[in-house]
Amino acid sequence: MTLFQSRQGSATGTVAPQAGRGNAGGYEAVRASRDFWTIKRRFGSFVGPACAFFICWYFLFVIIAVFAPDFMRVTVLGPVNVALCFGVLQFASTFAIAVTYRRWARRRLDPLADRLRHRLEGGRGQ
Amino acid sequence: MTGPTATSTLATEVVGKPALNFTIFAFFVAVTLVIAISVARKNDSATDYYAGGRTFTGLQNGVATTGDYLSAATFLGTPGLIAIYGFDGILYAVGFIVGWLLVLLLVAEPFRNTGRYTMGDVLNLRLKAPSVRAAAALSTLMVCLFYLLAQMAGAGILVSLLLGVSSSAGQDAVVAVVGILMIFYVLVGGMKATTWVQIVKATVLLAGTAVTTIWLLSRAGFSLPALLHHAAASSGSGTAVLSPGLEYGVNAVSKLDLISLALALVLGTAGLPHILMRLYTVPDAREARRSVTWTIWLVGPFYLCTFVLGFGAMWLVGGKHIHSAPGGSNSAVPLLADKLGGTVLFGIMAAVAFATILAVVAGLTITASASFAHDVYAGVLRRGEAEPADEVRVARITAAAVGIVAVIGGIAAKGINVAFLVGLAFAIAAAANLPSILYSLFWPRFTARGALWSIYGGLVSSIVLIIFSPVFSGQRKPLGGTSSSLITDPHINFAFFPLNNPGIVAIPLAFFLGWLGTVTDRQPADSARFARMQVRALTGVGAERGGRS
Repeated sequence: MTLFQSRQGSATGTVAPQAGRGNAGGYEAVRASRDFWTIKRRFGSFVGPACAFFICWYFLFVIIAVFAPDFMRVTVLGPVNVALCFGVLQFASTFAIAVTYRRWARRRLDPLADRLRHRLEGGRGQ
Repeated sequence: MTGPTATSTLATEVVGKPALNFTIFAFFVAVTLVIAISVARKNDSATDYYAGGRTFTGLQNGVATTGDYLSAATFLGTPGLIAIYGFDGILYAVGFIVGWLLVLLLVAEPFRNTGRYTMGDVLNLRLKAPSVRAAAALSTLMVCLFYLLAQMAGAGILVSLLLGVSSSAGQDAVVAVVGILMIFYVLVGGMKATTWVQIVKATVLLAGTAVTTIWLLSRAGFSLPALLHHAAASSGSGTAVLSPGLEYGVNAVSKLDLISLALALVLGTAGLPHILMRLYTVPDAREARRSVTWTIWLVGPFYLCTFVLGFGAMWLVGGKHIHSAPGGSNSAVPLLADKLGGTVLFGIMAAVAFATILAVVAGLTITASASFAHDVYAGVLRRGEAEPADEVRVARITAAAVGIVAVIGGIAAKGINVAFLVGLAFAIAAAANLPSILYSLFWPRFTARGALWSIYGGLVSSIVLIIFSPVFSGQRKPLGGTSSSLITDPHINFAFFPLNNPGIVAIPLAFFLGWLGTVTDRQPADSARFARMQVRALTGVGAERGGRS
C-alpha cells in the first residue's frame, strides 16, 4: 500500500488497456490490499444475494404459471387475478433492485474504487 | 372470414392509405439520414467508428440501448402473442425485462472496465488466446445473424401489411431498400450515427406506444379491469385468457418448452453482443451503470404498455381477425392503431415499426462488423498489429457484406414468426456468450481451454438442437399458422428434439463444458492475469475513458 502512496503523481488520462503486462505485480499488490478486499466483499455481498433472489423469484413465477395454473386463476379484484398481479410484481421488483443497486453502488463502491484507481494509476507514474 | 378472403378484404379495408404510411416513414428516414451525415465528419479512428468516440452520456446511451433492444419482434410480436394467447404472451414480456438485472448487476461495469469494443477484448484480457478471440467473434457473428434474420423476416411481413405491397417481388424490393439504408448509416456514420438513429427511433417508439396506450385506455374509461373484462368477453375463451396455459399449457413438452424459453430470455440479454457493445459508447463504467438503469426504466414501462395494447387488440380487433390478417399475430398493434385512430395513427405506428427494424438492423450490423474487423482481422490475423485505419476499412467492408447477407436471408426467411427467431438468438447468446463472460470475470481458475469448450459447446449444441427441433421441420401449422416450421412440407420431418427453444439443454451444457474444460486442463490458470482482470473490473483502472481526450 505504501508503495503507491509515496508515488502519487498526477492522475493519468487515457490508459490503453493492452499495456500493463509488466505491471502485474502492481495489480497483485492492489489485490492483496485491504481496500480491495473490502470492495470485493461488498460487491459479492450485494450482487450475489440480489442475483440469487431475482432468478429464484422469476423462476417461481414461471414454474407456478406452468405447474400450478389454478393458483394463478384465483381472483383478486374483478377480472384481475393472481397471474396478472404476479406479472406486474416482477416488474416492480426489477425496478426496485435496479434503483437500490445504483444507490448502493454510488455510496458503497464508488469512493473505494476511485481511491484504488488513483493509487494504481498514480503509482504507474507516466 | 377465413383464409384468402379475409386477407383480401383486410388488404383493401385497412391498408387504405399506403401513401400516408410511406410519407411518414420517408420523413423518419430523411431525419435520420441528416443526422447520420452531420455526425459523420469525425469518424476515422477505431474508437469513433466502433464506440462513437465514447462521448455519449448515460441517459443518451440508455435511450439508444432501449432502441437497440426493442426490436420489431418485441414491438409487434409481444402484443400480438398477448392478443392471441392472453397471459402466456405476458410471460415473454416479463422475461425480456427481468434479464436486464443480470446485465446491471454482473456484466455492465466489469465488461466496460475490461474491454475496448468487443466481447473478444474482455476474454483476451483474461486469457490471452487468439483462439478464444476467434471463438468469441464467431459466436458474436452467429447471434447477430440470427437476430438479423428475425428483423429482416419481420420487415417482409410488414411490407405487405403496411405499405400495401402485396406482390412477392415488391416485398423483396422493400427488404432490399431497408438493407441498403442500414448499410449507408453504418458505413457513413459508424457507431455515432447508429446511436443517434437508435435514440430517434426509441423516442418515436416510446411516444407512439404511450399515445396508443392512453388512447386505448380512454376507450375503456381509464379502467384497467374494464379493459380486461372487455378483452376476456370478446376473446372466445372467456377469462381463461387472463391466466396461463393457452399457449404453453397443452402438454408436458409445451410446459418444458416454456421453461426453456424463460431460461433463454432471462440469461440471453446479458449475452447479446449488440447490447454489450453499447456499453463502450459511454465514458466510463459509472455511465454504463447509469445507462443500464435508464434502459430498465424505459424498457419496463414499454412492456407494461404492451400488456394493455395486447389485451386492447384482443378486445377491439379480436384474436380471429388478427390470426387471419397478413402477418398474423405481428399485425395486432397496427390493426389496433387503425381501429383507434384511423389511418393517421395506423400510419404513424407503421412508420414506427419500420424505423424499429431499420435501427435494430443497423445496430446488429455494426456489432457484427466490429467483431470481425477487431477480433478476427486485427486480433487474430494481424496479431494485434493492424493499422487502425486498415481495421476500420475492414469493418466497413464487413458491414456491407453483412448487410447483403441480411437482405438475402431476410428475403429467404419471409413468413417465419419473428418472436421465435428472437427467442433462438437469445438462446444462442445465453449458451455461447454468457458462460465465458461470467467465468472470465469471476472465476480465478478459468482457462482458455474452458472458454473454447464453453463457446463452441454452447454454439454447436444450440444450433444443432434448433436444426432438429420443430422450428426447422415437421411441425404442423397450428391455428392461424403463427409458428410453422422453416421447412413447410409436413412429410419432411427430422425433428428429434421436441422443444422449440434449445435453452434448457444448451445453456446448462455450456456452463458445464466451461467448467469441465477448465478442471481437466493441465495448464494452470494465470493468476497474475486474473488479478489484473479483477482489479480492473472492480476499480476501472486502465479502462479506456472517453470525453477527456
